[in-house]
Amino acid sequence: MTDLVKIFVAAFLINNIILMRFIGLCSYIGMASDVGQSVGMGLAVTFVTVMASAVTWPVYYWILKPNGLEFLEILVFIVVIAALVQLVEFYLKKSVPALYHAMGIYLPLITTNCAILAVTFDQITFGYNFVESIVFAVAVSLGYLLAMLLLAGVRQRLKNSPIPSFMLDTPFLFLTTSIIAVAFMGFAGLIK
Amino acid sequence: MKRLFGIFLNGLVVENPLFVIMIGLCSSMAVTTTVANGIGMGIALTFVLVMSEVIISAFRKLIPGSIRMPIFLVVIAAFTTIMDLEMKAYFPALSKSMGVYIPLVVVNCIVMGRVEAYSSKQPVLDSLFDGLGMGLGYTWVLLALSIVRELLGNGTLLGFQIMPSSFEPMIFFILPPGGFLVFSLWMAASNSLKRRILASRHKQEDLQQSCCTLPADGTAEKA
Repeated sequence: MTDLVKIFVAAFLINNIILMRFIGLCSYIGMASDVGQSVGMGLAVTFVTVMASAVTWPVYYWILKPNGLEFLEILVFIVVIAALVQLVEFYLKKSVPALYHAMGIYLPLITTNCAILAVTFDQITFGYNFVESIVFAVAVSLGYLLAMLLLAGVRQRLKNSPIPSFMLDTPFLFLTTSIIAVAFMGFAGLIK
Repeated sequence: MKRLFGIFLNGLVVENPLFVIMIGLCSSMAVTTTVANGIGMGIALTFVLVMSEVIISAFRKLIPGSIRMPIFLVVIAAFTTIMDLEMKAYFPALSKSMGVYIPLVVVNCIVMGRVEAYSSKQPVLDSLFDGLGMGLGYTWVLLALSIVRELLGNGTLLGFQIMPSSFEPMIFFILPPGGFLVFSLWMAASNSLKRRILASRHKQEDLQQSCCTLPADGTAEKA
């Protein structure tokens, strides 16, 4: 149990996927413009990441590994995730239209979101078992949601702030992110 | 020839994938803690980008529009696997220090974006030069980032001691926040350079038609 808590805290705060590992930055910079949008995107990512981990773990350990096909990992994972996102989209559209309208627009974007693929590769690299993989997936995607929320909040204040003209727009967002990341460095000693 | 050169130059500054289109950011900051990593990642991405663009451009008339995305993904994933295995075989240390960011080239938005926006519509030779230009545009940014970060954060360049021994390395630049900071400053510099280039180009356009800009659909979506 303590192992699971450690995995959770490490993936959620200490190795925050955006602020410490730079994964998923494209959507972070592109989408985190208002709080509602970033919550929608974050929840959609959480949902897909957990689903993807639940599928890729058995695929790797039950199909690829026994047959010595580990080198196909990249190809198989990306195809499985792309197919899964499509299926989820069809299912939501038909059976849960409310949820589909809330996060359906984000789903196509998610297929090429680096965060999801990175999580599935990491689970294999770190040698997690199935339960650990799921906990890891939840923690990483909540970390993604947290970083999105933080930037979206700051961004709303930035609208009324005087910013030097050469730093306008994106350079300033990265500067802000840098300062948020400094704050996250403080979590480094949380787990031994 | 002049047109091809224009396509090539386009990726360097005016449509630089990192600073202007802002795609493929993940790897650019993660691997640039040392210059060697930066060069390695740049070459790796250029290889995947050029090969995928050429192959997809060659088959662009055969690929049905409705299932083009999965086909692109499989082509890109195949070249990423080739590159990943090559690196593991010939540069094991480099491959290890870049870790998960090498397989992540497969979802690097630069590759997908260029393939979708450019080479699925343009002839092979144009795509080749577009791939080279974009790849080089990506590589110079990685170099710029990693030179600053390695010099200030470690006092070395490519592993050789550059700074005098009295220099206290600023670890901050090797840590993630330093990556964001250096990227932000380089981006501000590149953007003002671009503004100047565009301004001078507008003046020239009155005299002669410019050849060097892509059509409006040449810009990729952010994913």
